[in-house]
Order: sequence, then C-alpha cells, then structure tokens
Amino acid sequence: MVTLKIDGQKVTVRKLSTILDAVRKLDIPIPTLCHHPELSPFGGCRLCLVEINGSPKPVASCTTFARNGMDVTTTSPRLEKLRKTTLELILSDHPKDCMVCERAGDCKLQELAYFYGIRENRFGGEQRVYEKKDNNPFIARDMEKCILCGQCVRICDEIQGVGAIDFAYRGLRTKICPPFENDLNCEFCGQCVAVCPTGALTGKMWDQKGRQNFKEVDTVCPYCGCGCNITLHIWRNEVRRVSSKEETLNEGWLCAKGRFGYGFIHSPDRLKKPLIRTAPKDISAFPIHQTNPPLPPFTKGGRGGIHPSSFSLHPLSSFKEVSWDEAFDYIANRLKQIKENYGPDAIGGLSSARCTSEENYLFQKFFRAVIGTNNIDHCARY
Amino acid sequence: MEEILQKILGEYRENEGNIISILQDIEKAFGFIPEETVTWFSKKLDIPASRFFGTATFYSQFHLKPRGKNIITVCRGTACHVKGSEKLLNRLFLELDIPPDEETSTDSKFTIEKVNCIGACGIAPVTILNKEVLGKMTLDNLMKEVKKIKARE
Amino acid sequence: MDKDILIKVCTGTGGVASGSKEVLETFKGTISSAGIAASFSERCSAQRVGCRGFCAQDVLVDVIINGEKTTYKHVKPDMVGKIFTEHILNGTPVAEWIVDKDYHTFHQKQTKVVLSHCGEIDPEDIHAYRAVDGYKAAKMALTSMSSQEIVNIVKNSNLRGRGGAGFPTGLKWELGLRIASDIKYVICNGDEGDPGAFMDRSVMEGDPHAVIEGMIICAKATESHHGYIYVRAEYPLAVKRLQMAIEQCYEAGFLGKNTFGSGFDFDLKIFQGAGAFVCGEATALMRSIEGKRGMPTPKLWRSAEKGLWDRPTVLNNVETFANIPRIILRGADWFMRLGTERSGGTKVISLSGKVKNTGLIEVPLGVTLREIVYEIGGGIEGGKSFKALQTGGPSGGCIPEELLDTEVDYESLALAGSIMGSGGMVVLDETSCMVNTAKFFLEFTQSESCGKCTPCRIGTKRMLEILERITTGRGKEGDLELLEELGHYIRATSLCGLGMTAPNPVLSTLRYFRDEYEQHIRNKKCPAAVCRDLITYSILEAVCTGCGACKRVCPADAIRGVRKKPHRINTELCVKCGTCFDACKFKAITKV
Repeated sequence: MVTLKIDGQKVTVRKLSTILDAVRKLDIPIPTLCHHPELSPFGGCRLCLVEINGSPKPVASCTTFARNGMDVTTTSPRLEKLRKTTLELILSDHPKDCMVCERAGDCKLQELAYFYGIRENRFGGEQRVYEKKDNNPFIARDMEKCILCGQCVRICDEIQGVGAIDFAYRGLRTKICPPFENDLNCEFCGQCVAVCPTGALTGKMWDQKGRQNFKEVDTVCPYCGCGCNITLHIWRNEVRRVSSKEETLNEGWLCAKGRFGYGFIHSPDRLKKPLIRTAPKDISAFPIHQTNPPLPPFTKGGRGGIHPSSFSLHPLSSFKEVSWDEAFDYIANRLKQIKENYGPDAIGGLSSARCTSEENYLFQKFFRAVIGTNNIDHCARY
Repeated sequence: MEEILQKILGEYRENEGNIISILQDIEKAFGFIPEETVTWFSKKLDIPASRFFGTATFYSQFHLKPRGKNIITVCRGTACHVKGSEKLLNRLFLELDIPPDEETSTDSKFTIEKVNCIGACGIAPVTILNKEVLGKMTLDNLMKEVKKIKARE
Repeated sequence: MDKDILIKVCTGTGGVASGSKEVLETFKGTISSAGIAASFSERCSAQRVGCRGFCAQDVLVDVIINGEKTTYKHVKPDMVGKIFTEHILNGTPVAEWIVDKDYHTFHQKQTKVVLSHCGEIDPEDIHAYRAVDGYKAAKMALTSMSSQEIVNIVKNSNLRGRGGAGFPTGLKWELGLRIASDIKYVICNGDEGDPGAFMDRSVMEGDPHAVIEGMIICAKATESHHGYIYVRAEYPLAVKRLQMAIEQCYEAGFLGKNTFGSGFDFDLKIFQGAGAFVCGEATALMRSIEGKRGMPTPKLWRSAEKGLWDRPTVLNNVETFANIPRIILRGADWFMRLGTERSGGTKVISLSGKVKNTGLIEVPLGVTLREIVYEIGGGIEGGKSFKALQTGGPSGGCIPEELLDTEVDYESLALAGSIMGSGGMVVLDETSCMVNTAKFFLEFTQSESCGKCTPCRIGTKRMLEILERITTGRGKEGDLELLEELGHYIRATSLCGLGMTAPNPVLSTLRYFRDEYEQHIRNKKCPAAVCRDLITYSILEAVCTGCGACKRVCPADAIRGVRKKPHRINTELCVKCGTCFDACKFKAITKV
C-alpha cells in the first residue's frame, strides 16, 4: 500500500495505482478525456496534469504511479491555465455545431468548455476536413469531431480483440480509421461509440431521435444467457436508445445485438398471439429439402445450416390466429400423435438461457418424465 | 504476387520479423504498399489490417500510391535549408509539372521527395537522383540532370 | 613484404557523393596496371577509410610513404595519374592539390577520441580494427572483469549520454544491472534524426566495430544477452557497414554463443527504422522495434525496468557506445580529465551552415563556441557577418554573438537557452532570417509530431500558423506574447521530449532576436530579405545593362525591357523566386 497526500488530504491506495486513481478515490474532480479505468493508460489529452511538490514540471496523473509521501496538488492557477489552453487548442480544431450534434448535453468536451468558460478562442487556424462516407447501418463517424483520445482504438483492441480501427498518419493529420480508410467493416458491437467522449462516434439509429429527457429503465438484455444489464432510453413509451452502465456486472460492455438490436420491440411484424399454420392435406407437398450435410452457418448461401429452398414456405400454407388454449391443445395433440407413431425419441426439446432455472428444470422434467426422451438441450451451451 | 508474398512471409518467420519489416519488404518488392498485400498478410498472421495501415502511414518510408519512374529526393535538413534547398524544390515542382499536394508527376515519370536529413550536411545542399547522392547542388546543375533524365525517357 | 605506401580514400556518404569510389578504383587500377613493376605494386595499398570530417573538401586522399603523410583535397579520378607518377613513383608531392592551412586549423583544436579511427582504418575490415587494439577492451571486460567493475569504471569516467539529454551512462547501466530478469536488452540508438547532424552516421560508417564493441561491454555490464542497433532508413551505408561488422564478429566469435570463450552469450541484430524523427525518443524507438507506430508511451516505468517488450532495457546513443572501449582501455581518469567537472570526455559535433570549414569535428567538452566557429570552422563564409549559432537541431535554440563564449557542455548550453542535443551546430549569417529559421524548425517538428498528445499535435501547429502569419506580413500585435505563452505551455505539458523541446527554436530566437520579429510585424519587413512576401525585387536602372539575362530566366514572365536598355520588374506578376537575382551578373537586382 502507498500513502500520499492530495490537496492536503491523506489517502492510501494499492501499490501500482496511479495518482489519478488516488485522486478519484478521494472524489476530487479532475478533468480527463482520454482516460478509461478499464483500458491501458494513454496520456494523450494532457488535462489531468497535477503538480508534485519538488518536481519542476506538472505530470499527467493518469500515467504516473502514486508513491509514498508524494505531495500532490490537483488545482492551482497555473494548472487551470494550462488546462484551459489545452481545451482551447482542442476546440480550435473541433466543429462548433453543438446545437445539432447528437452528443450535445452528454459530451465531455462540451461540459469542459462550459466549466472553463471558453467563449472565445485565442487560437484559430487550419481545421481537419473529412468526408463522411460510412455505409454501415449502425455507427456514424464524424471524425472532424474526434479528439484522438484513442479510447475507441483501445477498446476495440483490448476488450473486443478485434482491432478494426487504429491510428493512422501523424501530426495534425493523425486520424483514427479502418485500414486504407475504407468503410467500417467489423462486428458493430458499438463499444467504440459507448466510450467516445464527443460526438465523433454515434449510433446511426439515434439520429434525430432525441438527446435529453429520456425516461431511463434498467432491465436485462433479452438476447442471450449473458444477461447483460441494459438501460432503455424511453421517450413517449418508445425505446429510442439502449445503453449500459459502467457499474453493472457486464461493466457497461454490450454486443451488437444488445446495443443496436432493439428494433423488434416496436416492430409491426412482432407476433403477439399464437399462430397455427394451415397447410395442404398432403404433407409431402412441403418442400423440406435439406442439403446433406447442411451448409455451415455464414457460408455463402447458408442460413444457419438451412438450405434457402426450405426457407420459403409452401405457397399454399398460411397462418391462423388462435387463442392460447387452442394452441396448447393443438401442441399436446400433435406431441401425443408423434410419440404414438414414431416413439418418444422422435421428439426433442430446446430451452432458453433466458428462462429461469425453475422454468428450465420444469422443461427438462417434462421431456424426460412426460414425453420420455433425453433429447433436451439449451442455448446457453453456446 | 502470391509467390513474392510467401517469400516475405518465410523471411518474417525465420528472422522473427515484425510489421515494419514486412512492410519494408513489400515496399522493396512493389515500390509501394498495395492494399491486397496487407489483406493477405493480415489473414495469414491474424494481425488486424488496421495495424498495418496505421504503421504504414506513420513512417515516411512507406507509400500507399505507386511512385514515379525517377525519384528525385531533396534534402530538407537545416544545412541544406540555409543553403537554398527550398529553391531547388520549388523549381522542381514547377519544372516537372507536379500538381499541388502531390509528389508524383501526372505522367508518373517523376516523383519528388523531401527527406529530413541524410546527414551529408558538409556538402549541402544535397539531392539524390535515383539513389545517386549529389552534393553542392546548384539550380543550374539540377536542371541539367533533370534534362538528362527527360531526354532518356 | 610490408606495405609501406598507403593510400587512404575517404568513403563516407559525403565522400561517396563526391566520387570517392571512382577515385579509389582508379588508384587500385593504377597500382595493378601493366606499367608498374610487381615488386612496387606489392608495396602499395589503396584502402577505403571512414569519414575524417572535413567533407567540404572531399574527396580527401592521404598518401603515406614511409609514415610521411600528405593529404590531397578535391581529388577527382583524372588527378590520380599525376599524383601517382609524380608523388608515389618519383617522390615529389603535387603541391597545388595538397590541402591548405584550413585543413590544419580545422584539425588543430580537435581531440579525437570517438573519431580517432575514422579516416584512419578500413571500416569494412575487422582486422584493421583489431590492429588498433580493437576488441581488446571487450575481451578484457568479458574475461577478467565483473559487471559491477565495468559499471564502476563507466560511472567514474563521468560519461554522459551523447544522445542529447546527458543522463550519466554509468548510472543507467547500474540500474540495468540491478534489475533482475531472464531477458534484458541493450539498444543502440542510431536514429539520428536531427536535421543538420551527422555524427552518428560518420561513426557507424567509419568505425562500426567500436559501436559493436561498446555494446558488447554494455551487455556484460548489465548482464543482458540480446541487443539491437536501431539505424534510420536514410543511412543505407551505415546499415551495410554495421551488417558486415556484425557478420565478421559472429565469425570471429565476438558475438553469439560463448563470446571470447568467456561463456557469455550476446546476440546482436540491426533494426532499420522507417523514417520517423520521433523514433529517436526512447519509448517510441522501442515501439518501433516491436513493429508498432512509433508513438511515445507514458513513462509509467523506466526503460531500465520495463522497456522493449516490457523487459529491462538499456538504451544508449551511438557515440556513447563508441566511447566505451576507449574508457575501458585507457581508464576512467583519462576520460574524465578530458572534459569538464560535470561531464567527461569529448563531443563529436557536426558543423555546417554558413561557415568556411564544414564537417565533423570532435572537441573536448568545455571549449567555447567561438573557438568552434572561428578557429575550427574558420569563420563565416564569403566575408559576411555572424548572426547566430543553432545548436541541438529542432529541439535546440539559437545562440547569438554575445554568448559565443559559452562553453560546450550540457549545463552551459541549457543556460543559454539551447541544448547540447546530439551535437549538430549550424552557423547562420546575416542573410538568415531568424523568424524563418524558427519557422523552419517548427515546420519540421510539427510534421514529425506523432499526433498523440494535444499540445504537440495542435499546439505546435498553432504556433506555426502564427509564425506563418508573421513571415507573410499578417502579424498582429500580441502575436509574440501568444507565441511565448504557447511555447511555455507546450514545454510544460507535452508527453515526450519531442513536444517538450519543439518550442525551443522559437523561444530562443524570441529571446535574442525579438527586434527581428517586431520588424516583421510592425514594418512588414524582413531585415535579412528572406521572407518572400516581405521582399520586393527591383532593378537598379543605373546599373542594368539591359543584357536580358533576367528576362530569360524569369519563370513568371514578370520582367520587361528592350535590349541594352534598363529592364523593369512587374511586381504584380513577380513570384519572388529570386532566379533573376541569381542570374544577374551586374548586381543590378536588389531585394529589400
């Protein structure tokens, strides 16, 4: 353990903690733009500078280890002036279109500009001009707003293990982009969007869907067995955005489905009542031809192993809306029939990781005891 | 092309190379870094293509576009600067009809490059014409050399 | 039979550019040609040697007959015949081609330690190096000294890092030795990126074995078994010579397993840089060897603890390593006494710019800048007056006339607002504009910024824009104060050395040549007549003979006039390229 003094207060932190960790432990506000507690230290924005007694130059607190007996000052007229200059410089190469920016109100840079009262900028000059040309449906990139904090690069590499983007070029021309400045071509987890401190990276489907005054509802992601904690941003009973908070069990990380796959909620195609398919009498008229062996998923022409020809329905088949009672009767009858005709092992059950343990227990009990088969599986086996 | 890339890959494995050494070999073999080669190596080595691109654009030795047949390098070191290398450079751009912000002439015959310092300050200003280092360069001599190359083309 | 006639031809990059290869070939051809008796040919040896420093008079050739040395300057292949017949065969030196007194004053004030082999031995031959006690020190270190003993000698010698920062080398090695790890690295920084500096290139080209020997000793001192020499891509000849030297060492058993039969293993590799100035910064250099973008990384750990691939790493500059074998052989005391109280030894300096004798020099620490400029350098070229001495490259500053008595050492130069840096010195005369010079350096650092931290990426660009404003006549009151504030800000907040020192050229010129800046801003004039937008070319009608030379060379067609009558420049059309100014033989064109 290491004990040091910050702004006159004593604090003890673990060995190999940075000064910033210690500052945060004392809940002293200190501005940062490139720091993220889960990512490797970067030291690029130079806002978290602090003075250490006995050291002639200020140091970046995010990249300096706390040492025993250090006497740290987090704010002084000199430090605040340096920070203000840094912000002025960043803003001198940043579009001033906050009124239409997706991130306004939730932008770290905007907040800092407000706190430091930067109405007028002493610096003008050349600004970056980039073409916006992304064709993907999920992530909008406005790289003129990028402050090169590198959080997106680090999260993509260190957390996702993808490395779809990286720093390219150098000097003022430095930019973060996919290889050869092509369109983004990744798994679109949107983690980069989540950590971006400015409006450089945003969700495309959030565009003009509101920025503030959402009702926030914490819930669990409906997709897989991970059960990530998510927060729905709701406006007039409509889910407009999904995010996840840092202090959750999934540490705020989400995947493409959890973050962007909420379109089904308000989809008009969504099923709300049971349907029974009515098909022609002659069952053999159904063209259920499966290739043997099935095509592996995600290969050309393969749809999760199902041949495309079996994907479309028979032209004469249609659906009939029924009540739940009718549906259960129908299921029970058909299961009975199949068991009688072909034996219990002709039936298999697939349960869901999204069900509770009790529900899953009941499901397997039903298959083993009632139907009499061990053909039972579960999607959380991945 | 596949063959050349395989050879580079072999050398990389043998000498415990890295992205830079691969890019250096690609640059040597093709004169620039073609996108396909990066994609190829990225797949073979399971290193994201963005790393290659980031590295290639960081170092001035690597080029993303094919370069001209003749390469004229003008040293922009301090000694060369005070001895008038900027004049040489401006004249070359004018003479060889190279569009602004580009370094290769429209007919891809000439590429003009600036280099930070080749460390031959004693004989400033220095230019390199197709790998031949020429010291104490004057405007007249440079134009003569350019004319010679032009006549050959 | 002993070779008692030696012909030494300088083959550094400067020499090669002046045609030394052809000169050497011609000598070799002449020696073995039919007309010469075989018994005589056998006594002759023509050899290549490294750069001796005086590049301005290349190709330099030494002819040594029975130990008596004559040096010829500006030798061309067609001069070889005459030198050979008159001097070598008949014993009468060709007087008109022998170097003049400049060559001797150039060398008089120098003390050659690091450069002692450059220009004397064949750099491509390990035997030549061994003949001058080469690898004796390494053998001694490996077979009869402990690591701590070596560290103590280096500590006592007062050797400080020659890369620029001047960190005591012995201390660095001691740190490296103390930290235990199964893998440790020794790196030689040969990424000499400062424009105007070529010390390291000359050492790597002229005495590659000394660098390798220094590294072997360092490896032993820090108990590491892996080494890298990082050479910048712009130095192909240095790479070639080092590669040859390494191969020769592996063959001789000085590198690899069980070096010198001592049981100590040391592997050495060359890593070629790919063209980025910032890679001279230690952490950026290590990222570069790892194959990454050369972006400096925050110094959470010291390199001695976690450097290359997170392993303990000792990194020193080429010149630092080249000093080591001499220190081991001749003792710490000898080396310490060469320099000043706080830093021992000599410093290799590349002297260039508007000085008569340009080239590579080596002086003991503590000589004054005046001695370097006026005695070794022979004063200003072309009878012009001295204005400033730029030291330390783009990270350094400009020192004015009144501070020329400053001594060359780390502290004194820092006090004068500049730095020692890697040792580049560029002399500026009255025709150099200080604002333009500052702009030149800032342009350089700005384009070489890695782009990681805000002050360096955007701050230097904004400074440059202000300078551009000033040099094009759009400067405003308050610009200088803003430049100063930004400069101090960048110095205080940048992540790495490149950013921290980037404002130095601007701050130091503002300190000593503020009036020049003010003239640009208030009077819209460039006193040195350099800044293009602030000068006007005009023709003195009284002097103009109407020869039309200016009219013919004008690329903008801005000059009009009838033959034999005074011409005129149309200032609207003039692009201020200065071609007419150079073309006029009658000095009829003025620029103000």
